[in-house]
Amino acid sequence: MARMKFICDAERCIECNGCVTACKNEHEVPWGVNRRRVVTLNDGVPGEKSISVACMHCSDAPCMAVCPVNCFYKTDEGVVLHDKDVCIGCGYCSYACPFGAPQFPSQGTFGVRGKMDKCTFCAGGPEENGSQAEFEKYGRNRLAEGKLPACAEMCSTKALLAGDGDVVADILRNRVVQRGKGAEVWGWGTAYGSQKAGKAPETGAKS
Amino acid sequence: MKQLAMIAVAVSLLAACGEKPQTLGSPKSDIPPYAGTGSAFTAAGWKAGDKSGWEQHLKARQQNSQNDYSRMN
Repeated sequence: MARMKFICDAERCIECNGCVTACKNEHEVPWGVNRRRVVTLNDGVPGEKSISVACMHCSDAPCMAVCPVNCFYKTDEGVVLHDKDVCIGCGYCSYACPFGAPQFPSQGTFGVRGKMDKCTFCAGGPEENGSQAEFEKYGRNRLAEGKLPACAEMCSTKALLAGDGDVVADILRNRVVQRGKGAEVWGWGTAYGSQKAGKAPETGAKS
Repeated sequence: MKQLAMIAVAVSLLAACGEKPQTLGSPKSDIPPYAGTGSAFTAAGWKAGDKSGWEQHLKARQQNSQNDYSRMN
């Protein structure tokens, strides 16, 4: 199987926040923590676009690289998860993430920063699949129930696509061909690499 | 006897200066999702433990639920 990927089709997103609500409800995420949120690009400018953003489960995840306690791991399906029993809540991952995905609940005394929380691609965590411990720490494990992430399945306009990367790319490609526009996918190159990534800039181009 | 007592006191006082090993723990190993949860809310169409069945089920679910062109045309 190809790896799991998210994509948000900005041509379709209507900023309804259904994905945000579905995520919060499915995982019973506490107040102050938003694993997913909707962002408006060029707000107020004619032609503004909206996109739904969460952890993109990057191919070469920067959060994994900077974590001082090595609490992150990647599943065979390419989902980036973390172990809350190992996390110390230092916040380095928050600075490294290009999508602002890591969230920190501040429920302790004096608003002390708690352990990091982020989108799990509805794949739970290192606890036993479907257990109460897994639900309380990471939320529901929908992948192990044969389901896709709640945000994408709830999306009313099917702007947010999630699942096997090949299928996601096929669906989007078909849409672009049918409508003749909207091939630019925000965050895809940053998260999953692009043809330009890692290559030297063209001669005379600005760095 | 007094010397022994002094040594014992010194050893017990210096014991706090010892350094415990601090090994970097690694995350627990995760159970693969195709192993299933045993929950009654599991989607029908695949068997727990069948990896290829789980993958095919998810791909079909993706096409059915997210590809509206294939549903409408």
